[in-house]
Formats: sequence, structure tokens, C-alpha cells
Amino acid sequence: MNLLEIQHRMLDAVMQPLTNDEQMQPHTRDGRSMHDVAAEFIKPNDRLSSFERLEIYNRQYWFRVLASLDEDFRGLRAIIGPRRFEALCKAYLIECPSESFTLRNLGSRLEWWLRSHPEHLQPRAGLALDMVRLEWAEIEAFDGAAEPALVPGEVLASDPDPRFKLQPYLQLLSLHYAVDDLLVAIRKDDSDSEMASNAVSERGKRTHLRKIARQKPQAIFLVVHRVDDSIYFKRIEPEAFKFLKALREDKSLSVAVTQAFEGRDVQENKLLATVQGWFENWSSLGWFCAPNSTDQDFSSASGRQS
Amino acid sequence: MPANPFNGFTDFGVGIGLRVPHYQHILAEKPLVSWFEIISENYMIDGGRPLHVLDQILDRYRVVQHGVSMYFGSPEPPNREHLKKLKTLVKRTQTPWLTDHLCWGSVDGTYSHDLLPMPYTFEAARHTAQKIREVRDFLEIPIAVENVSSYAEFHASEMTEWQFLTEVVELADCGILLDVNNIYVSSRNHSFNPLDYVNGVPAERVAQIHIAGHSKFEKYILDTHDHPVIDPVWKLYSRAIERAGRTATLLEWDDKIPSFEEVHNEALKANQFVAEMAVTS
Repeated sequence: MNLLEIQHRMLDAVMQPLTNDEQMQPHTRDGRSMHDVAAEFIKPNDRLSSFERLEIYNRQYWFRVLASLDEDFRGLRAIIGPRRFEALCKAYLIECPSESFTLRNLGSRLEWWLRSHPEHLQPRAGLALDMVRLEWAEIEAFDGAAEPALVPGEVLASDPDPRFKLQPYLQLLSLHYAVDDLLVAIRKDDSDSEMASNAVSERGKRTHLRKIARQKPQAIFLVVHRVDDSIYFKRIEPEAFKFLKALREDKSLSVAVTQAFEGRDVQENKLLATVQGWFENWSSLGWFCAPNSTDQDFSSASGRQS
Repeated sequence: MPANPFNGFTDFGVGIGLRVPHYQHILAEKPLVSWFEIISENYMIDGGRPLHVLDQILDRYRVVQHGVSMYFGSPEPPNREHLKKLKTLVKRTQTPWLTDHLCWGSVDGTYSHDLLPMPYTFEAARHTAQKIREVRDFLEIPIAVENVSSYAEFHASEMTEWQFLTEVVELADCGILLDVNNIYVSSRNHSFNPLDYVNGVPAERVAQIHIAGHSKFEKYILDTHDHPVIDPVWKLYSRAIERAGRTATLLEWDDKIPSFEEVHNEALKANQFVAEMAVTS
């Protein structure tokens, strides 16, 4: 058996899901005895059979990838419950195994996959999907690129209809549920539970559930951003969201303003004051890049918007 | 022979791995540490806190990059995007040498995120050495490969692990990151004498040494990096520096991480063995 054949066989076995009691499956996907398959390329020793030696890697794989998703999607886990969350993660990883050198990207296709597998999220599919989008946006905002910030007046002085570039790390989310508040509450409960007794921990879980049960649909326009390396959620008005979205699509200032207030009858002086207020606030948060910043990958950035 | 072509002719002492729970302590207290090893993949990102912390560390300390995902033994050629990100980080850290594992972990672009063992064959050695050369040519810095802990052996193997390591590093003309804890773990899992391993590797190619703790189970040992270094591993360390000379040494502690002082003090025990070697030589 050559190197490539060994690697194919081993990876197939390692990535095959564990049994319910976290053992290696007795049969391969095509029905062969896993004992026979393992014995064909792995030596037994005086303590472990070929199957048992291969099983160590099989278990390590699943424990590692499931732990990674568990860490990244605590909010989703709280919404659907730990058992269903584990089943969802296993199903996702079977269809979407890692294609990246880093575990950081393991959940990058989760939202996309869940849209075609809503059965994992019922009866709270809308809420759960919003949570997945928020949790992935956090990951992107945490280590996304930051360009030098715009100095106020720098662009307007030289261009009557400038284009403003947003920081690449900025994430714009149009949501149907207040998952920002919910995620903060879930994390607080998790944190409190870690420091408390089991009884208090159980109360924390019940508090989660009550908060989740209270969630009603509402339109939320959210920016996930970064200040001093910490992640924050900032809700903005629908017009402000449309405005930022237009800027991210490289629209000029006048086009962005038009799109933001389309269909609205707003007096010009009030409109100007509103936009000026946005700029003052967002500039203080460093959301705009200097005009000579290196070109951003807007194709990937726009793919994260909605 | 502490300084050699495989560690950029440097003379580093005893360092520890840079880990998130210690960030605050290191930045606030600025402890005296010979050098830090970073996991490259944690900083192959575009921005944010990890790079901000790294830059502050780089202002004060020497840093060596250690990778966990190059998978020199995997069948596919090195991923160009991966290499570009790695080279960007190499320029940032000015790492004098770079290490990764003698293992495989992916097939056709699907990743296991594990350090899977190689079959010790001449075919595998040639394939792996070629990839190491390609990576080194792209990154333009010395590379040292680390022996991994393993829990399985292959029927296809044609030589011992240390013969395979020697074959690979000589074909690739690269260095060795000798992990004496991994040697111990594998020796218990595969019933060989770990001293045969330490005595069997080309000492002149040892660029760096890893020490760590592990977890013992009923039928095997797992490389968990969550305990202090045990005496048999220190004995292997002692023999390794006896052969290779005073060599850049790094303690790995990746799980159940105790205080910075506890980790650093555990690492500094290595200096006792260096001192003993100096007295006896």
C-alpha cells in the first residue's frame, strides 16, 4: 500500500462519525468491517488492536472539531439545546469538513449549510439563523484587517462627491431578532454559571430558556465593530444601515444618501444634520478608512452582508 | 553546537510558548524570558488583538514561529495562499528559523487538524523532503521538522521512526526540532527504547528541542501538554543536549495552563541539565 492509499484510508476512517457512545464505528461507510480495514494498514501491539489504535485518532478528530464549533457558536447551542447542537455539528461536518488550514474557519459555511437544513433549527429557525450569522460576524470582526482611519475633512476637501471606504473588519447585519441582546445575556449566564454551584448553573440554564422563549421577531440593523481590540454590537437606524451598505458597495456619498432615504420625505436640512451626525459618531469609532488605504477585498466583504 | 545553519546560527536559551492566558501578565510585568515560541496559525490573520499583542511582544522579546498545519507529508503540494500568509508573518516576526511537524493531516484539501503519523517508507521520505525544500525556498528561512507523538504504526513502514526522520532531514537538508516528550510518548506506545531514538538522530541537525508533559492512560500515553515534564523525559533531554550541545529549548504547555511563573519555572529546570552538562564535559 503506497503513501496516498494509506492516507486516503486513514482519513476516511478518522473522519467517520463516532457511535453514540463515542467509539469508532464497527463498519466503514461502504459496509466493510472496520476491524478488517484497520488491520490492513495499521499494526496491532501487545495492548491495542489495529482498530483501537485507529480509534484514538478517530476520537481525537471528532472531539477537536466539535469543541471548536462549541466554542464558536455558544449562542446557537443555547437556542437549540446542547444535544441538538451536537447532532447539528456532526451533520454539518460530515457534509462540510474543514477545507482550511485553520480551525478558525470551521464554521464559515454553517449559515449556508443551515439554510438548506432548517430541520436542525425548528421550531426557532429564524432566531437560530440570526444567531449563527451574528456569531460568525463576530469571528470576522475579531481578526479582520484594520486600515488607517480617516482624518475628518480629508476627503470632503478634495472631492465634491467622495467615496468612503469602511474598515474591512466592520460587519453589517440585517436581522429579524434581537440576537445581540440574547447573546450578551447567554454569555453572562454562562460566565455566572462557571463561578457558581450546579444548582445555580441549572437556574442559569432555565434563565436562558426563558429569555429565548420571550424572543419575538423585530427588525434589527446591527454593526459588529471593534474598539481597542474588543468586539461591540451597535444597533443603527434602517436608513443608516442602507447608507453604510451603499458605502461598502463603493457607492459615492450622494448615491449612498439617496439610497438611504429612498421613499422618505425628509427635509434637506434635517437630512444633512442626520448624515453629519452619523459621520461624527462613526468617525469617532474609526469606521472609515483613509482614502489612500490599501485596496480592500470588497468582494469577500460584500458576501458577508445582508 | 548551539548555533547551526538550521536555527539561523542563533544561540537561544530556554523559552516558553506564548499563550493567551499569559498575555496580560507578560505585557504588564515584562518578565525576563529568553524567547517565546508562537503558533504561527494563531497570527496568520489580517488584524485584531492577536497581532496587536504580538507586535508588543516583538518589541521586547525574540520570537520563533512554530506551525501546526504545513503537513509536509500530505499528498497535495504546499498551498500558495497559506505560504503567502506565513511569509507575511515571517517578515513581521523576523523568526530566525521556522518549525513544523513531520506528519500529514490533509488529503485533497480536506483537513483533519491533527498531526497524523507517517508510514516510515522511502517513498514517504522523498515526498516529504521535497515539500520541505519547496516551503523553505519560498519562505527563505531555515526549517526544522518536529517528530510527533504517535499512537499507530503502519505495516508499510520500512525503517524505524528515527531512521525515517534522519532520511527526511538529510534529503531535505533541513533541521530537526527534537521533541523529547514525543519520543518518550511514542516509545511507550510502540515499545522501543527512547534512548535509541535520541542516539540515532543526526545531532548536528538539531535546531531546537521541545519538552512537555503528557497524560497516561491504561493502554497508551497521549501527548496532552497539560502536565509538568516527568523525570524520564528530562533524562532524554539531558542525553539530547549531551549529543547536540546547548540547544534552544522550549516548554510546551497548552491545556490546563497554570500561571506564567509556574510554566516559566518548569521550563527553566532545563538549565540545570545544561549546567550539569557543562560541568561533566
